[in-house]
Amino acid sequence: MIIKDYRIAIASGKGGTGKTMVAVNLMYAIKDIIDGKIQLIDCDVEEPNINIFTKGSLNSEKEVAIKIPDINTDKCIYCGKCAEYCAYNAIIFVKSIPHIAVMDDLCHGCGACSYACETEGAITEKNHALGTVSKYNISDKIEVIEGRIKVGNALAVPVIKAVKKESEKNALVIYDSPPGTSCPVIETINDVDYVILVTEPTPFGVNDLKLMVETVKKLGKNMGVVVNRVGLGTDDLYDYLNVENIEVLMKIPFDRKIAGIYSEGKILVDELPWLKQEFIDLFKKIHI
Amino acid sequence: MKIAVSSTGNSIDDKMDQRFGRCKYFAIYDTDSKECKFIKNPGIDMQSAAGSSAAELVADNAVSKVVSGNFGPKAENTLKSFGITMINAKDTEKSVKEIINEFKN
Repeated sequence: MIIKDYRIAIASGKGGTGKTMVAVNLMYAIKDIIDGKIQLIDCDVEEPNINIFTKGSLNSEKEVAIKIPDINTDKCIYCGKCAEYCAYNAIIFVKSIPHIAVMDDLCHGCGACSYACETEGAITEKNHALGTVSKYNISDKIEVIEGRIKVGNALAVPVIKAVKKESEKNALVIYDSPPGTSCPVIETINDVDYVILVTEPTPFGVNDLKLMVETVKKLGKNMGVVVNRVGLGTDDLYDYLNVENIEVLMKIPFDRKIAGIYSEGKILVDELPWLKQEFIDLFKKIHI
Repeated sequence: MKIAVSSTGNSIDDKMDQRFGRCKYFAIYDTDSKECKFIKNPGIDMQSAAGSSAAELVADNAVSKVVSGNFGPKAENTLKSFGITMINAKDTEKSVKEIINEFKN
């Protein structure tokens, strides 16, 4: 099967439901039935962990940076316009002293201060590093790309944008999304063809899945659900999915053997042939 | 000299607020004129940058010393850059009035 220009995101709402497990094992399960290139992209830039399982060798690494203001206090006339324009309170300005300074970590790099400044040369822009994008080779047709933000940086979205830029048109692309329903998740799933939501039948799993379903609906994406740790909790999840008419793509049992293999950093579908077949069936369901 | 005290309300009988960046009000006391005024802290509703904005606010009011319970890292760095002294009154149950009185002697 040759698949080009098809993007799948694995998302969840709740953390720890098994997004990375599904992303990694889906890739390994279908690699032999796909003839073209597969890219597995770790968009969970706050704690990327795909390569713990894929163990690829580093091919290239580059820095992700935004432009932040550099204020020349010799030229600054202390009018305060830049601080007034800044929506993120990243410019500290006290007219009476006078004092002006940029809080680098608060700046989103929007450029409003440069636009506001009417004094020639008072604001120039400099690079501010946010994180890295690394490429790992798994085989000649499989590539893992990982975004990783710098410790202390709170801006995940620019790093996610940068890592997604590495996706190729001629490949099947799988995005491992961060948990939650906020900006980093929206940025990850906004251009995909299909969203796989991974959840568990616990009250937290149901609650956060509902939030995620609403989000995916707003974005107008196709979606289906993988239920992990089946056997736990109650029927509330299945009742909800029934009412919403959302397809259950696959059920993964709450099983000590699965947990054991996973905790050793091994690939589940290499050890469990039945699970491999289920992932292949899942893929056939979503790629019509 | 002016002193700022993070306050839970806008009267001198209110207790000191343990938080600097996200306190409700700042009491600004002038040791020369013996006057005390209260300013609302806009940082209480900010998503981020509450600490540095509060530091900016007290600096704009020409304060030299700040009394509070907890100073966050951004607040601390910004106050330092202004040369404002931080006085840590962690876990005190004292009112703004009682704290101000300590500066009168």
